[in-house]
Amino acid sequence: MKIFVLVVNRVIWFVPTLLGLLAIVFFISHVIPADPAAFAAGENASAATIAEMRARLGLDQPLHIQFLRYVQSILSGDMGRSIYTGRPVSEDLLSRLPATLELTLVTVVVAALIGVPLGVVSALRRNSWVDHALRFVTIAGLAIASFWFAILLQLFFSMQLGITPLTGRVEGWGPEPITGFYIIDSLINWDMETLLDAFHHLILPVATLALPAAATIVRFTRAGVLNALESNYVLYETAMGYPRSQIVWKYVLRNALIGTVTQIGLIFGILLAGAVVVEAVFDWPGLGMFAVNSILNSDYNAVMGFTLIAGTMFIVVNLLVDILQGLIDPRETR
Amino acid sequence: MRQVFRKLAEDRSSMLGLALILIVVFAAILAPWLSTHPGDVTEFHTAIRLSPPNADNWLGTDRMGADIYSRLLYGARITITIAVVAILVAVLIGVPVGLVAGYYEGLGSDLLMRGSDVFLAVPQIVLAIAIAQTLGPSIENVILALSVTYWPFWARLVYAETRSCKNETFVEAAIALGCSPWRVMVLHILPSISSSIIVRTTIGMGGTILTAATLGFLGLGPPPPTPEWGRTIAESREFLPMAWWYAAFPGLAIFIVVMGFNLLGDGLRDVLDPRLRRASSGK
Amino acid sequence: MESDLIAVRDLRVAFASDAGLAKVLDGVSCSIRPGEIRGLVGESGCGKTTLARAILGILPPNSARIQGGQVLFGGRDLLTVPEAALAREVRGREIAYIPQDPSTAFNPVFTIGTQIADLMHWKSPLLRDPSFRGNARARREADLARVVEWLRLVQLPNPEALLRKYPHEVSGGQRQRLMIAMALLPEPKLVIADEPTTALDVTVQAQILKLLKGLARDRNVAVLFTTHDLGAAYEICDRITVMYAGQEVEEAPVAEFFNRPSHPYTRKLLDSLPSAETGLRGIPGEIPRLIDPPPGCRFNPRCERATEICQQRPPAELAGPGHSVRCHHRLTEFAA
Repeated sequence: MKIFVLVVNRVIWFVPTLLGLLAIVFFISHVIPADPAAFAAGENASAATIAEMRARLGLDQPLHIQFLRYVQSILSGDMGRSIYTGRPVSEDLLSRLPATLELTLVTVVVAALIGVPLGVVSALRRNSWVDHALRFVTIAGLAIASFWFAILLQLFFSMQLGITPLTGRVEGWGPEPITGFYIIDSLINWDMETLLDAFHHLILPVATLALPAAATIVRFTRAGVLNALESNYVLYETAMGYPRSQIVWKYVLRNALIGTVTQIGLIFGILLAGAVVVEAVFDWPGLGMFAVNSILNSDYNAVMGFTLIAGTMFIVVNLLVDILQGLIDPRETR
Repeated sequence: MRQVFRKLAEDRSSMLGLALILIVVFAAILAPWLSTHPGDVTEFHTAIRLSPPNADNWLGTDRMGADIYSRLLYGARITITIAVVAILVAVLIGVPVGLVAGYYEGLGSDLLMRGSDVFLAVPQIVLAIAIAQTLGPSIENVILALSVTYWPFWARLVYAETRSCKNETFVEAAIALGCSPWRVMVLHILPSISSSIIVRTTIGMGGTILTAATLGFLGLGPPPPTPEWGRTIAESREFLPMAWWYAAFPGLAIFIVVMGFNLLGDGLRDVLDPRLRRASSGK
Repeated sequence: MESDLIAVRDLRVAFASDAGLAKVLDGVSCSIRPGEIRGLVGESGCGKTTLARAILGILPPNSARIQGGQVLFGGRDLLTVPEAALAREVRGREIAYIPQDPSTAFNPVFTIGTQIADLMHWKSPLLRDPSFRGNARARREADLARVVEWLRLVQLPNPEALLRKYPHEVSGGQRQRLMIAMALLPEPKLVIADEPTTALDVTVQAQILKLLKGLARDRNVAVLFTTHDLGAAYEICDRITVMYAGQEVEEAPVAEFFNRPSHPYTRKLLDSLPSAETGLRGIPGEIPRLIDPPPGCRFNPRCERATEICQQRPPAELAGPGHSVRCHHRLTEFAA
């Protein structure tokens, strides 16, 4: 019951945020350009096509009517046609979604597996050389441009050593598409060769994306553990002789992780932003590469569609994180 | 204030950060004098294209035969200009919005903050891509795209700080003494929250430079032949692995300046705002 | 002396700060007999919490420096016992702890039951009971029965339901009753109660104190009770030690303490108790800075009886039968 109230509460905030996102994208695509129809029709469109586009998009209508129609069409899944692929943008985006999700989800797991233990160690060995080294490395990890790091990894591991694939998700064609997640699909088909190949291809893109994500997790976990270590309950637990290992790995860690979980939303934002360039560098056929190609081709509808879907994903992830936090933090479900 | 400087001066990593920033800023200012081939921003020498680092071209040449070292120096000017102007505009929008919304309580304030929350609900780079794509590639448009997406950070911060500051005795006293709202905000609240703004701005500089470089890499930055660092790395890709210097040095330049701001921001936060560091574990 | 449960000898603890070393405990001695309820009274900052934590060995490791002294307990000097052994054998088993603020002493993200079960896992007296050896399950069940019984003893309603709750779901008074139960469950010899009622409502304070006193008396458990509230100390203590600026200045049985205070500071403390005739009266002057304390007797700047000698030489401890004081000009002769 408490959980139900919590979920409803958070979902109610979701709707205005989504409307706000629509308003911003509408403003960018319909109000800023001198002639939105020309944008939507593409660079080489004839005057007749542009005129037709203007009528179809209702650009002769007043702005608030335009906005209503815009929201209506987006909600019914119509984001216009891509000038480059000739297909509806929504279809293009949907077909590329699994590739990006697979990449970002694997990255979140890897980043958490690396970041949480390092954050705990950094806090436990506060002001030791380990702590100082980790502080420097995490600051550096957040200062490296991910497209540059990706290129360096390619240069060294793929081109110089030849031990990792340069680009793509698998060699040749992927597994029979069922979910679009190659790891899951190859497991369903029990195709171990493809599975290994998929992992092999994931190494460099995941390494690139995981660097800033793990750095963020290390910093938040460290702060959370330090906060907890200085708390009254740790003083009490120490005074009553609970073993140090139980205090740290059970009592402190649970508290610190609740703080870290709230940051997953933020981290997902970093990953989504990073995916745009990382996918472009590794020819990873996901949303990011689609966005970059659309930018290069001046495929306006596609870029706006990407903005919408990336924004929506980010909002949804934050919604889920909020609910998750409510579930694991007993203080939230009052 | 003096104590702040002394504590900061004792922190080796902050000083390293400051040194890195100063190096890049001086490189930008003194670019015409430091560069070995000042003409190479627009001039090409196809005969020596893609030469590796050597005595004449310290960091090698690019696909047009232009000196990478010289172009990097001029690129620093672009990067610093974009970051400083974009952050300045974002601060000039965000701080007043946050102050006013934090000082007055009511529907207007709520709407302002909800609005900025929507901007914060979307990754900055995604919005910046959409705006830059609509406006077309140029320095001015990159700056515009960045300031439009970054101002809500300051609005949020200043709003929260103003709200908590409003209950402090010195602000209540100023209000009770009949100071005008404008006076209270600018002369009483703003100075007491300035350290948080300084910390946020320093850290924000690093993020802004990274986003600007990413826009450049995606072809949404200032158009060629501008020696923008992100664009240079994008250009280099078709000449890898042979011309490694072409990609390596511009990325190193980005790393140095962003690292500088991050190190300084981290140190400033410890000295100016220890509360922020502790609060960073939760919301 | 031979029957002392715990004896603190000449304990010196300093805290490092930006301004220098603060001598928070400067040669404190104090001993407690089995079953005795001892009050440790003083203004905030006098070092009573530091003394309590030094006995438990839970001073903040980064800033606190133990510069000398002994804490004799069970034939050992606790200051020399390794941390791991202290945690395993002493804390929570021989010496238990009741914290100042029960609302923050519970871990917020685990149920009360989990936290008590973990405590019992390590500290249950049944661990020493040979009949449960090799039968952990039976022991856990017996432990649970003991816990439920103890929650009844501290007058908590509906113990089974309480164990399933999170700390923020129960009241402050209930949390402190839980803390008392948790302190006594392992059957310790000494309980250190660090201002256990400061964070509670006045109406609840008296009940909690009475409860603590009754339970400790019945089981012959000694209590070290720190407080700045003389009224509370009067309620439950057998003997009272007064601390001032890092030193103990007077120690006496409770009746003698209130009837014949010997140290001028004790006198002022008693005078500062509000009464119908006098109203509220403070003690003029400020607590000395512990980084460079005044020479001689630390109380001399605030003392009306201070003379030259008080500024020159720290007073030696004068011990009578059951009553001792550190003062050059004590107010009363000790009772014979």
